[in-house]
Amino acid sequence: MNPRFPLKATAESLMLLAALIALWWLASHNEWVSKVFLPTPEATLSSLKSGLLHGELAGFSIDTINRMLLGWLLASLIGILLGALVAISSSARAWIQPTLEFIRPLPASAIMPLSISIFGLNAAMVMFVVAFGAMWPVLLATIHGFVSVDPRLREVATALRLSRTAFIWKMGLPSAMPDILAGMRLSMTVSLIIAVVGEMIASQSGLGQAILLAARSFRASELFAGVVLLGIIGFAANGLLSLAEKKLLRWQAR
Amino acid sequence: MPEAILKWARALAFPLAVLAALEVYARTIAINSDALAPPTQAAQAFLQAVSDGSLLAATGFTLLGAGLGLLVATVLGIALGILLGLSRHAAQTSFLSVEIFRTIPSVALIPLAMLIFGFGMNMEVSVVAFATVWPILILTQTAVRQIEPALLEVARALDLSPGARLAKIIVPAILPRLFVALRLAVAIALVVAVTVEIVANPYGMGYAIMIAQQSMEPALMLAWLLWIALVGYIVNEAALRLQHFVARRMGAMP
Repeated sequence: MNPRFPLKATAESLMLLAALIALWWLASHNEWVSKVFLPTPEATLSSLKSGLLHGELAGFSIDTINRMLLGWLLASLIGILLGALVAISSSARAWIQPTLEFIRPLPASAIMPLSISIFGLNAAMVMFVVAFGAMWPVLLATIHGFVSVDPRLREVATALRLSRTAFIWKMGLPSAMPDILAGMRLSMTVSLIIAVVGEMIASQSGLGQAILLAARSFRASELFAGVVLLGIIGFAANGLLSLAEKKLLRWQAR
Repeated sequence: MPEAILKWARALAFPLAVLAALEVYARTIAINSDALAPPTQAAQAFLQAVSDGSLLAATGFTLLGAGLGLLVATVLGIALGILLGLSRHAAQTSFLSVEIFRTIPSVALIPLAMLIFGFGMNMEVSVVAFATVWPILILTQTAVRQIEPALLEVARALDLSPGARLAKIIVPAILPRLFVALRLAVAIALVVAVTVEIVANPYGMGYAIMIAQQSMEPALMLAWLLWIALVGYIVNEAALRLQHFVARRMGAMP
């Protein structure tokens, strides 16, 4: 998207961001918007600083990141395994894939009440929903990747009499890799979202719970500090995964 | 059409088997469970919700919230997307700000929306609009950038006014892709609307399923879960058909 970002454009890009922050500063200081909703940038920054250095924000961030990463790993593992199993057999696809297509648009958070009934209000419940919700992008991407394996590779596999497992390891997975990695990147975004929702509903420690409590007690600067941290986490996770994607797929000229 | 019937029978066999297994399990081993109920009881609870009007009211609220949010996002996203697509300079300048804002997880804004608007339609619409505006903006921007340059040159040669250029050249050229963006945004809008209701907003389908869980009515909860899945499926399918229809009418490759 941005081949060789020229210096001037970068400077202008930063200037627009600075202008937006200046606008925020003006809006909050002149009370164009009530301070109850919109804290000043300084107040947000100082909440962020004190929360990270002396308060619980750092711990909450780590909790949320852990939840996101663990849920994402689980989701990726199950998604790839299940996807490979469904994709490898055409009869499994005929019987099960329509059901998967039906469940896919279901909001993952709608599973949360069911999960609460089964597990109770605890961390395992949140983990289950995160893994369930984040599994779909990986699962469907894996199926898609496996189904679109080059037919010639399939012919080679038959000619070499590769077993199914060998086919999965040596041909299926590598050629489905671009799809799977793209699915995993999407799945990371979903994990963060559901982890936050889970923390809000089940009162598990983390940024989700922190910002909900901050809003309930009208501490807008703490709310903003939490939102900023969540933005940073989302940005970093997405950035790291795009980087990994590029590195891992360098062998593949697409 | 025995082929089509066979396909449907296969597609339905798996979910029906799961439901039957659940029926047996809930009637033998898990009697009086707070988490699971036999699907036949869920069907009764569903009919009850249909007849007392709560189903229609909750579904209407959620769809209206998702729809209005989507409307706001579509107007803003397309307007900004066309602007950023036409001007390379504007795109480079705003790149950083857009990237920063769009990585904020939309659910992180639920507490803020709650603080600003209180409970009700406004908070739901605002969170849905925030969540869906970014994909629409990005896809519109890409679509505009990929307009055949010759078309824009023709517009310049004919000395069309900006309004005419927009109406006669740009919009028709990007229309099929706009509907791709719309289809993606529809899926996100519904998920976010239900999530807002599950986390905070005391209206709609998300709240209904949450209440069914809290009042220990597993049959009603299961009924809502299946209904939310069905609504999600229908809405997504309709958006997909609309996208294909527009693509065919505009003679573009899907």
